[in-house]
Amino acid sequence: MAGGKKKVPALNASSMADISFLLLIFFLVTTSMDVSQGLARRLPAPIPPDQKIEDTDINKRNLFVVKINSMNQLLVQGQEMNVRQLKEKAKEFIQNPNDDPNLPKVFTEDFGEPFGMVAYTPDHVISVQNDVDTQYQAYLDVQNELVAAYNELREECAQKYCHKSFNELDEETQKVIQKIYPQKISEAEPKNYGGSK
Amino acid sequence: MAKIRRNEKKEMPALNTSSLPDIIFMLLFFFMTVTSMKEVSYKVRFTVPQATELTKMEKKSLVRYIYVGTPTEEFRKQYGAETRIQLDDAFAEVSEIENYIVNERSAMQESDQGQMTVSIKADSNTRMGVIADIKQALRRAYALKINYAATQRTSY
Repeated sequence: MAGGKKKVPALNASSMADISFLLLIFFLVTTSMDVSQGLARRLPAPIPPDQKIEDTDINKRNLFVVKINSMNQLLVQGQEMNVRQLKEKAKEFIQNPNDDPNLPKVFTEDFGEPFGMVAYTPDHVISVQNDVDTQYQAYLDVQNELVAAYNELREECAQKYCHKSFNELDEETQKVIQKIYPQKISEAEPKNYGGSK
Repeated sequence: MAKIRRNEKKEMPALNTSSLPDIIFMLLFFFMTVTSMKEVSYKVRFTVPQATELTKMEKKSLVRYIYVGTPTEEFRKQYGAETRIQLDDAFAEVSEIENYIVNERSAMQESDQGQMTVSIKADSNTRMGVIADIKQALRRAYALKINYAATQRTSY
């Protein structure tokens, strides 16, 4: 080889832009921007067909009834209410801070460190009943407010005893708090108004 | 005074486009990271309701979707304007949901079957009768982990 440095010829990169444009457009077309998020819920297990629906006897004081009619109006514990007031009402019901005899029975139990003795209402049940013509948005609003009530209570509990946000706690402590405030939202079995099924 | 030369031909200098690929690549990577693959092409039109207590769905491969809404323009003639259900790429009846879920679940790995989540993407104006039917079908299929798709509420 001759001693002189050989120059490498410049690569022709003018088509690079076209190629990357093509890729860009491909991804723009095939992807969607929306992230999937939503309100996570759990359905109750199905009732075997041979089993009769039993009316479980729940003490009236332990029951919080939310009814939504076909006009998307709310009836909470027998009184009309706006969705925005529902969360506070639900929180008061779940906690029963003043040991009101009309609100669920308060038990005190030792939950270990760092909780100690905590007053809670293990027997409370929130019942949501809706009409066939209720709007989906109205139904979800109610579900949302009830879940928000639980989330706020858990957050408050985490701040009070652990001085941390609920999400920052380790799994075990979260489980204990979930035991103090168990999500008990029951939905009425839809009634069958005629029809073959 | 300066002489104005008009007749002389002047060539425009070539624009340097060597950084264009870099810019486009940057855009490409941006879109690749913030978007996700489209699940199906929608045959029903829906705007999901709004809520505040949202959780993000993890493990996309374990999520199955049920779309509920009114048929889009092109399917109006055939299917009318009533609320319809879409499973995968086709319109379906409520009675088909149970089978669909059972099939989808058995196609999954056994260790993942208990983790399956069903996301209901329904229009906010849907009547609850339809949703209740779907929920009953899901219960019969033992798909108890569900998720009501919603968007973050920005104002009341």
